[in-house]
Amino acid sequence: MQPFTTHTGLVMPLDRVNVDTDQMVPKQFLKCLTREGFGRILFYDWRYLPGEKPNPEFVLNLPRYKGASILLARTNFGCGSSREHAPWGVKDYGFRAIIAPSYADIFYNNCFKNGILPAILTEAEVDQLFQHTESEQGYSLSIDLPTQTIKDAYGHIYNFEIAPSRKEVLLKGLDDIATSLLHADSIATYEKSHPSAATMFDPVDIKNYR
Amino acid sequence: MSPTTLYEKIWQNHVVHEEPGKPSLLYIDRHLVHEGTSPQAFAGLKAEGRKVRRPDLTFAVMDHSVSTTDRTLPILDNDAKLQFEALERNCRETGVRLFDMNSKHQGIVHIIGPELGITQPGQTIVCGDSHTSTHGALGTLAFGIGTSEVEHVLATQCLVQSKSKTLHILVHGKRPKGVTAKDIILAIIGKMGISGGNAQVAEFGGEAIRALSMDGRMTVCNMTIEAGARAGMIAPDDTTFAYLEARPFVPRGKEFQAAVDRWKTLKSDDGAKFDATIELHADQLAPQVTWGTNPGMVTSVNGRVPDPHDFRDLNDQKATESALKYMGLKPGTPIVDISVDRVFIGSCTNSRLDDLRAAAHLLAGKHVAKNIKQALIVPGSRGIKAQAEKEGLDKVFIAAGFEWRDAGCSMCIGMNADVLPPHERSASTSNRNFEGRQGRDSRTHLVSPIMAAAAALAGHFVDVREFDVAHVE
Repeated sequence: MQPFTTHTGLVMPLDRVNVDTDQMVPKQFLKCLTREGFGRILFYDWRYLPGEKPNPEFVLNLPRYKGASILLARTNFGCGSSREHAPWGVKDYGFRAIIAPSYADIFYNNCFKNGILPAILTEAEVDQLFQHTESEQGYSLSIDLPTQTIKDAYGHIYNFEIAPSRKEVLLKGLDDIATSLLHADSIATYEKSHPSAATMFDPVDIKNYR
Repeated sequence: MSPTTLYEKIWQNHVVHEEPGKPSLLYIDRHLVHEGTSPQAFAGLKAEGRKVRRPDLTFAVMDHSVSTTDRTLPILDNDAKLQFEALERNCRETGVRLFDMNSKHQGIVHIIGPELGITQPGQTIVCGDSHTSTHGALGTLAFGIGTSEVEHVLATQCLVQSKSKTLHILVHGKRPKGVTAKDIILAIIGKMGISGGNAQVAEFGGEAIRALSMDGRMTVCNMTIEAGARAGMIAPDDTTFAYLEARPFVPRGKEFQAAVDRWKTLKSDDGAKFDATIELHADQLAPQVTWGTNPGMVTSVNGRVPDPHDFRDLNDQKATESALKYMGLKPGTPIVDISVDRVFIGSCTNSRLDDLRAAAHLLAGKHVAKNIKQALIVPGSRGIKAQAEKEGLDKVFIAAGFEWRDAGCSMCIGMNADVLPPHERSASTSNRNFEGRQGRDSRTHLVSPIMAAAAALAGHFVDVREFDVAHVE
């Protein structure tokens, strides 16, 4: 996984609360077999009019936000479906970090599996960033994960909290599975001492399940 | 020892490895897999040369994209076909048991887990699907995960987890007739808001929860995720044990008795501390109908569509305004004045036998209103379908003007051909009314199965308590 240490980039504001993952990647794109290519369809129904004509009113299509790599969002971002296609889309579009007052649980977890930093600021701070972003074309932010700070060119500094273990995953770009497999012996021991994990009647009549 | 919650007991029993200040490695007893969120996980595993650690604890099923009509016909949707083929290949190569679309046990993953007895009290269960919370109704810790975590569980049979905060949701009193499990959970989400339970594990209790059948309990736990919670659970009791007895994957005879004895210890101790408690009174509830674009935008059937200015918070005002625009609704409209184009009874929320029996009771000898363009009944599994047909429910539905379909996720998510057309309005027993959920620009109202049946008969939303609901459970 691509590590995340520092990032400076243009900010795109998405001024809606409770943005759900159905909006990020609608159902018809859940039939893909790979993790790539979801950037083109990110926020599909908002972004495109019928016939895939870009909707000129949607923020992502505004020329001033072209090339944005930091997504500024509202509370409970990423609620609903567990589809990891949503963070795949966010990343594939080019966003490296999201800033919001809160995230839905599964989406938040999924971000860390994909090297995306979901930073949490207070609602008042996020309000302020929305004002800056909307009033100044080209408004950019610099995010520094080691010091957990977000800065702009005018000396505004915002501090964000992140669990140390989450931070480490992003900084080192850790592969969770490799880390967990270091405990293979503990897993095997657990499996021996907890037969209840496997007590299952194996029904003969379902063996030939077709 | 200090009193502990059910969640803490299940957690403690599954810790494989823990270190202070770090998330724990938690063992997963059952891993459920479907075609939609697993191909990338299997591909990732293969690319790294890793194996499925416990194919015997992994169960796969085709549900999201399957056709609900004739499955002997060729699959026209090529993307769906490739996904089915990928799942079949992945299961064959790794030894994972698959209920494919032609299996008599096929159904929605969260329906067949409990139905086949794969789901058992005290287990940890995960699936790449947010509605995995359903299985908590049997006293399990069950939650949805992303595809990277699916890959992690395939490789390790474990998950990296931090302990959640706990929430006790108590529903006191007796449900009035015509008020169902769906109305209870919709009212809870309306009260908490869709982020009110963020990342917490909720345990439901109280007289009204205890009185629910297993089917009803599954409806409640299913939608816990819609309040933002990681999982919902209900301590197992005699209702649970009776439900599980003789199901295919449940131990038999003496082993079953031993299991029941073990399961009986699975409850929160008296005096166990929860981080928060919410209380509701079931006797004060009315049937619920959502008016907006998330499940928390809900009111009682006697209510009206709200005015954005009813909300003090500016973000709520904007969200309401945008929801009403999308839904094509005017503030102040009585809910019963909203007409309906299509009716969908199905999904992992409400497609079990209790749901079908209740809907059939209402529809018997009647016919859907003239303005209803389509009324669909999609049983949650082929097992449910077979039982319903044995009881003659299919004939009742067909005579009433409903289409009786094969099992799958269907119009809840519209990944197959069952899509709600633009600007059309549904009365749907599913779980999400997000923009575009059932089809682009479609308008979803979430209701209980009997409210959906009543709306089908009337052509608009109507208080189901005006119908004969005395014998409806």
